[in-house]
Amino acid sequence: MIKRSIFTSKTLPYLLILPQILVTVTFFYWPAFQGLMQSMMLSDPFGLHNTFVWFDNFITLFKDPLYLKSIITTLGFSAATAAVSITFGLFIATMANRALKAKAVIRTLLIWPYAVAPAISGVLWLFLLHPSYGIVALFMKKTLGLDWNPVLRGGDAMIMIIMASAWKEVSYNFVFFLAGMQSIPKSLIEAAAMDGASPFKRFWFITVPLLSPTLFFVTVMNIIYAFFETFGVIHTVTQGGPGGATNILVYKVYQDGFIGLNLGSSAAQSVVLMALIIIITILQFKYVERKVQYTG
Amino acid sequence: MMKKLMMLMVLVILAVFAADTVFAKPIEIHWWHAMRSARGEVCKTMIKQFNESQDKYVVIGTNKGNYDETVNAGVAAIRAKKQPHILQSFEVGTQTMMLSGAIYPVYELMADAGYKIDWDDYLQPVLSYYMNADGNLMSMPFNSSTPVMYYNVDLFKKAGLAPLSKEKPVTWDELGEMLKKIVGAGVPGGMVTAWQSWTQIENYSAIHNIPFATKSNGYEGLDCELTINNDKVINHIARLKSWMGDKRFFYGGQKYQGPKAEFLAQNAAVYIDSISGIAKLKKAVKDFKWDVAPLPVEFWMKEPQNTIIGGASNWVLKGHSKEAYEGVAAFLAFLATNEMQEYWHKETGYFPITQSAYRSLKAKGYYDEQPYQEVGIKQMTRRIPTKISRGLRLGYFIQIRNIINEELELVWNDTKSPKDALDRAAARSNQKLREFEKTYK
Repeated sequence: MIKRSIFTSKTLPYLLILPQILVTVTFFYWPAFQGLMQSMMLSDPFGLHNTFVWFDNFITLFKDPLYLKSIITTLGFSAATAAVSITFGLFIATMANRALKAKAVIRTLLIWPYAVAPAISGVLWLFLLHPSYGIVALFMKKTLGLDWNPVLRGGDAMIMIIMASAWKEVSYNFVFFLAGMQSIPKSLIEAAAMDGASPFKRFWFITVPLLSPTLFFVTVMNIIYAFFETFGVIHTVTQGGPGGATNILVYKVYQDGFIGLNLGSSAAQSVVLMALIIIITILQFKYVERKVQYTG
Repeated sequence: MMKKLMMLMVLVILAVFAADTVFAKPIEIHWWHAMRSARGEVCKTMIKQFNESQDKYVVIGTNKGNYDETVNAGVAAIRAKKQPHILQSFEVGTQTMMLSGAIYPVYELMADAGYKIDWDDYLQPVLSYYMNADGNLMSMPFNSSTPVMYYNVDLFKKAGLAPLSKEKPVTWDELGEMLKKIVGAGVPGGMVTAWQSWTQIENYSAIHNIPFATKSNGYEGLDCELTINNDKVINHIARLKSWMGDKRFFYGGQKYQGPKAEFLAQNAAVYIDSISGIAKLKKAVKDFKWDVAPLPVEFWMKEPQNTIIGGASNWVLKGHSKEAYEGVAAFLAFLATNEMQEYWHKETGYFPITQSAYRSLKAKGYYDEQPYQEVGIKQMTRRIPTKISRGLRLGYFIQIRNIINEELELVWNDTKSPKDALDRAAARSNQKLREFEKTYK
C-alpha cells in the first residue's frame, strides 16, 4: 500500500521551492536583466555617465558590416567544427565498437582529450602549427613546400582554430556515439549481415537511424560548444585575427567589453548572441528532431 | 604556583594588546599593478624598501593580472567604491582614466602634500604623454619604453654591411638597400616588426611630425578625427608592402612573439620592437651577435622628432583620507628618487623617468657597459616634443589599435591596397571616436 501525504497548506510548496527560485533570480534573471538594461545605455566604464539610448546600440551594431561578417564567420565556424568533430567521433566510435583486445585501454585513451581545457588545446595546436615556431608548420613548409601561414591568411587561421576546437570535442562525441552503438541490438546487425548487406549498408541503414537521437543531441551540444566555449581556443591561437577572419561573436563581446570597455555595445552583442542561440535551438528541435527516430 | 603562572600569562597578553593600541597602526596604501614575474619581483623590492624607510605608512602591492585585467579590476572596484589608492593603467587607457572622474590628478596631489617637484627634470616625452592640454601631469609615469631597431650583426657582415650607428638613424631608403643585399646574401627574409600599429604608424607619425589625429592628436578635444590616411603614411605602408614582394619585409604577427621568433631563428636580419625587449633577447640569443639602432627615418626629415612611449603610469584614485594621500605622495616621490629609478632601469630595461637619474647612471659608467640601453633614451629625447610628437590621446584607443591591425593585415594578405585600408581604418576609427564622444556628453 502506498502512503500518500497530502499537504493542505497553499504556501508550503512555494516555500519549499523558494531557495531554488532565489538562486535562479540572483544568478540568472538579475544579471540577464542588467545585461538588457546595459544594452540600451551609453555608459563610461566607471558608471558615472549613463545615458539611456533605447536601441541605438543595436542599430549601430547592425549597420556595422564587420559585425555582420562576424555573424557569418561564427555560423561557418560552428558548422565546420560540429561537422568535423561529429564525423571523426562517429568514425572512431565505429572502429572502437569492434571487439578488440585492448578495447578498454583504447577507449580510455580516446576519452582523454575531453579533459583538456580549450585554452590548453589552443596552445598545443599553436605549437604545432604556428608558422614561426610550429613543428608541423615547419615540416609542411620545408619538406612539403606548402605555403602555410595562419598569421597572415584568414583561411589558414580558420582551419587551425577549427582543428583545435574540433579535436577536443571528438572525444565527447565519441563517448556518446559509443554508448549509443552499444545499445543497438546485435541481432539486428547480424540479421542484416545474413541477408547480405555490406558493412557500409549496415552502418547507413541500421546504425545511423538507431543512433539518430544521439546524433541530434550531440549536434546541439557541439554547436553550443562552438558558439561559446571555443573562446579559449580563439584567445590563445588567433585573438580574432588576421584581419578579423576568426573574430567570432563571443570573442567580439570580450574584445569590445572587456578590453575596449565599450559596455553598451558589448551588452547589445550578448543579447543578440543569446537570441541567436535560442533561435538555433528552436529550429533544431522543430525541424531536425522530426527526423529523429527514438527507440523504445 | 599555577595561579601565579596564569596571572603572568594574562598580564603578558594584556601588555601585547595595550602596546598595539599605544603604537598607532601605520596607514595602509593599496597599489594595484600589472607587473608580474621578474618585473613583479622588482616592484616587491621597491615596496619593501619604502616600507622599511619609514613607519607611518605601509604600501601593499597587488598584482591584478595583465594590463587589461588590472584596468578591469580598477573599474569594478571604483563601481563598488572599494578602489585602491593607486592603480596602474597602460598608456592607451589614458583618455579613459583622465575622463573617468575617479582620479586625483598627480600634480594636484603632489602640490597638496607639499612636494615641490621640478617637473623639468623629468624626461619630457614620457611626461607629455600623461599631461592634460594645459600641461599638467595627470598620472605618474611608471614603466615607459619606446621602439628601436634590433639587427643581426652576423647577417649584416655576411651581406658585406657595416654595423649601424647607435645615434644617427639610417634612412628608410638606405635600409631598403641594405635589406636587398641581405636577402641577396641568402637570408630568408629582411625585416620583421612587432606591434605594427605602435611602431609603423604611431611612432612613424611622431618621428616625422605628422599628425595622427586632428585636435593635436586628440589632446585638445574629444571631437578629433584620425588622419593616418595621409600620403606619407600611405607611402610608408605601400613601401613595406612592396618589400614583401622580394622578402625584404614579411609579416610575423600583431604582437612580439612571432616576429621575435623569426629574428631568433635568423629568418630576419632586422627586428623592430620595444626597448624593453633587450632583456628577452639577451636571454634568448646564443648563436649570433646582435645590436640596437634607432628607428629609420625618411631622407627628407632632416631633424627627426622624438619617438613616443609605450608602457603604463600610476593613477591616484579619489575617495581616500588626507593622511592616506600624504602617504601616496610620499610613495610616488620615493619611486622617483634616483636610487629607485636606477634600480628599476637596470633590472627591467624601462626608462628612468628623470634626467638626474639618467645622468647619475651615465656618470657611473653604466652605459659604457650597457650601450644598448642608451639608444632608446637618446632617440626619445633627441628633440623637445611638439604638439604632434608628444603623444596620442584617443578614446577607445584599444579598439582603434585593433582596427589598424586588422586593416594592415588586409594589406599584407593582398586583400586591400594601402590607401583603401588606411582610409577604411580612419573611417572605422572615427566612428568609434564619435561613440566615445557621445558617451561623455
